[in-house]
Parts: sequence; structure tokens; C-alpha cells
Amino acid sequence: MAFDSFAAFVAMGGDGFFVWMAYGISLAGMAGYFALLWRQRRRLKRHIKRLAIRDQQLAGHTE
Amino acid sequence: MQWLTRLYHRLGSPRYFYDYAGRWLPWLVVLALSLLLLGWGNGLLFAPADKYQHEVYRIIYLHVPVSIAALLGYVAMGVCGLVALVWRMKMAEILLKSIAPFGTLLAALSLVTGSLWGRPTWNTYWIWDARLTSMLVLLFLFIGVQALQAAIRDPRQAARAAGMLAVIGVINVFIVKYSVDWWFSLHQGSSIKLLGESTMPWSMLTPLLLSIAGVYVLFAVAVLIRARSEILWRERRSRWVKDLLEEAADGV
Repeated sequence: MAFDSFAAFVAMGGDGFFVWMAYGISLAGMAGYFALLWRQRRRLKRHIKRLAIRDQQLAGHTE
Repeated sequence: MQWLTRLYHRLGSPRYFYDYAGRWLPWLVVLALSLLLLGWGNGLLFAPADKYQHEVYRIIYLHVPVSIAALLGYVAMGVCGLVALVWRMKMAEILLKSIAPFGTLLAALSLVTGSLWGRPTWNTYWIWDARLTSMLVLLFLFIGVQALQAAIRDPRQAARAAGMLAVIGVINVFIVKYSVDWWFSLHQGSSIKLLGESTMPWSMLTPLLLSIAGVYVLFAVAVLIRARSEILWRERRSRWVKDLLEEAADGV
């Protein structure tokens, strides 16, 4: 361990604000991006399914 | 060699790529998370403090991986652009589109973490010097590729235009890389060197290399997930996509 106590770890030699902001923003950004990807994928699948159903109905009408 | 050409042709087909990528994804996620946990955990907790920068230097385990991955991602995007322009390969178009958003995020994070590091060490968040400015240009290029892509309706034409910009923008990657050598810069020189001695002891270097590898793999994960969605959308009228979505009726 490079630190004597948890408090020293959090303080980061007095520059804790900068270190933890950097890590916080980056982790939040990456996690947020993956959450967006996940949601996009779920919506896309639902959308494609709905399109397929509509295509089927249209095909039924023209026959 | 034959398996390599076969793999090339198969991965060139969106449907095979979808399956391959789907099989690899869970392992890549586990790999990325373990590398990042080891890299960042060691970097924050166990690596020794720096002689001059004391504890703030620990931002390096974030800033350097994110920056290198943004640059390398841009080069990968440029290669995809070239392949899309010359050979009209569909998968290259799809990958080009999938790299851009995560690359944008990484370039932005590189600037944010860099300025958070700059404030305590240089006493300023931002200066218009060569390294920082060319990195800002990289962010704009990533955004530009996405904007161009979105502005053109036909996906194949959009890929051609975006591919052109991606290829031309690769020049900027070299400017970023050599900016610290060509111009006087506040930014420090590289600590890791491919050839010759690195300027870091192993206790600091190991977590850095682990976190660099981790961010690379995470980039791959992001690109593969995005590419799989793009494949589904482009192939939405094909039989295999309809079958696939019907199979997974619960929508997972």
C-alpha cells in the first residue's frame, strides 16, 4: 500500500479533488455510454420487430 | 494462411461478423473489467508516489490510456475509411460508424483528465499549446465524422464522405504524437517508449500497461456492441434478422 490510512488515500496528498474528479467523470462517462448502447440496442430490436409486423400486414392487404 | 483468408471473407460478411462478435463479447467484457480493475486498483493503491508530482500523477493511469486509445481508435477509423472507400466493404463502413462515438468520448475524456492534471501541476486548466490544441482538433474530427455520417441519408454515401474525412484526419494523429518533440510544449514528453528505456520504474509502469490494455479491450467491446446494432439495422429486411428476433421473443 502506498498510503498509511484511508484518509490519506482520499486526500491524495492534497490534490484529491483533481484525482477523484478525473476518475469520477471518466467512469461516469464510460458507464453512461454503455448504458446508452444497451438502451439503443433494446429499442432497435423492438423497432425492427414492429416494422416486420407492419410489412406482413401490408403484404396481406395487397393480396 | 488459408484460415486467415477464410476468416477475412467471413468477417467481411455482416451476418458472420454478428455471430463471431456475439460469441467473443462476454469474454472481452470480463477481460476488460479485470484489466481495468488491476490497472487502476494498483495504480491508485499500490504504485509509489512520484518524486516531483507526488500523488496527483496517479491521473496518468487514466489520462494516458484514454489518450492513446483515442489516437489509436482514430487510426483504426481511418483504416476502415480507406477500406470503405477503396473496396466498398460493408463491414468497414459499419466499423467506421461504430468507432466514432466511443472515440469521441475518449478524446473528450483525454482533454478533461488532462486539464484536471494540468491545474495542480502547471497551475492552469488549459493553454493553447501544440499538444493540447491538436488533441482538441482530434475531438472535433471525431465529432465531424459523426456529423457527416448523420447528415447524409444514404448509408453507403454517408460512409464514403465520413471515410474521406477519417482518412484525411489521420495526419492529425501524427501531429499529436510528435507535437511534444516538434514544438516547445508545457506537456511532458512520453514516459513509455517502445524502443529504449522507459522513464518509469516497473512498479509504476505495470499498472499503466494494464490500464492501457484494459481501455483498448473496452474500446473493442464498445465498437462490437455498436457494430452489432448497426448490422441488425442494415439487415433488418433479411430473413436471418427476422428469424433471430423472433427466436428471442422476449426481446433480449
